[in-house]
Amino acid sequence: MAVRVQSEDFDAGREIAAMRAGNAQVGAVAAFVGVVREMNDGSAVADMELEHYPGMTEKAIAKIIDQAKSRWNIFDVMVVHRVGRLKPTDQIVLVVVSSAHRGDAFEACEFVMDYLKTRAPFWKKEQTPQGARWVESRASDDVAAGRWNVKA
Amino acid sequence: MLPVAHNIQMVTLIYFARLRESLGTGSEQVALPAGVRDLDGLRAMLMARGGAWASELAGTKPVRAAVNQDMAQGDTRIGDGDEIAFFPPVTGG
Repeated sequence: MAVRVQSEDFDAGREIAAMRAGNAQVGAVAAFVGVVREMNDGSAVADMELEHYPGMTEKAIAKIIDQAKSRWNIFDVMVVHRVGRLKPTDQIVLVVVSSAHRGDAFEACEFVMDYLKTRAPFWKKEQTPQGARWVESRASDDVAAGRWNVKA
Repeated sequence: MLPVAHNIQMVTLIYFARLRESLGTGSEQVALPAGVRDLDGLRAMLMARGGAWASELAGTKPVRAAVNQDMAQGDTRIGDGDEIAFFPPVTGG
């Protein structure tokens, strides 16, 4: 398991290659990359600042990964999340899951993302033509996390 | 004899995102009065400061809390040495 919080960009291909290197049991790797959009809630986003709670962030993500590992037959999970100043088209988050078969990898990857959205202590502040604003949490994210039906 | 000093319960409070900006501080050390032993009690104590403290922590805008870096509820017990954070619902990913 690897969890990294960093301001630098990441290379998904390199991370995937590193995760499955030398493990011939791996038959599937699912990856998700979250990206900054140019529009959010009807406003143009010039850039955003991502803040987090050092210490708790890593702990919360590690807990989510543990839950994924207890629920699906997977080998490894890695999460890279960026913080600091980001602009549209920049990568924000990477989740990679390896398993023997695709079903477990797909589901565990989506689970980790859904839980990260509602449990990991990150906050986005956007710069728009109307001024700076803190992004508000979405009810749809709680619904997405809720459908996995596990206790937080 | 030091009848009082060893009973003082000190906690570290941390504020993030909208709360940090509205409250004008990122962290502080506070002594818990004898009657304050859970998160609800602490929140009431901070709201009594008035102004942004009262409006941000009233619950009209959603607020979450963590004790020692685990998500916590109003009845979560707090005590000496704890790290307690208040923040808006998270928006990462």
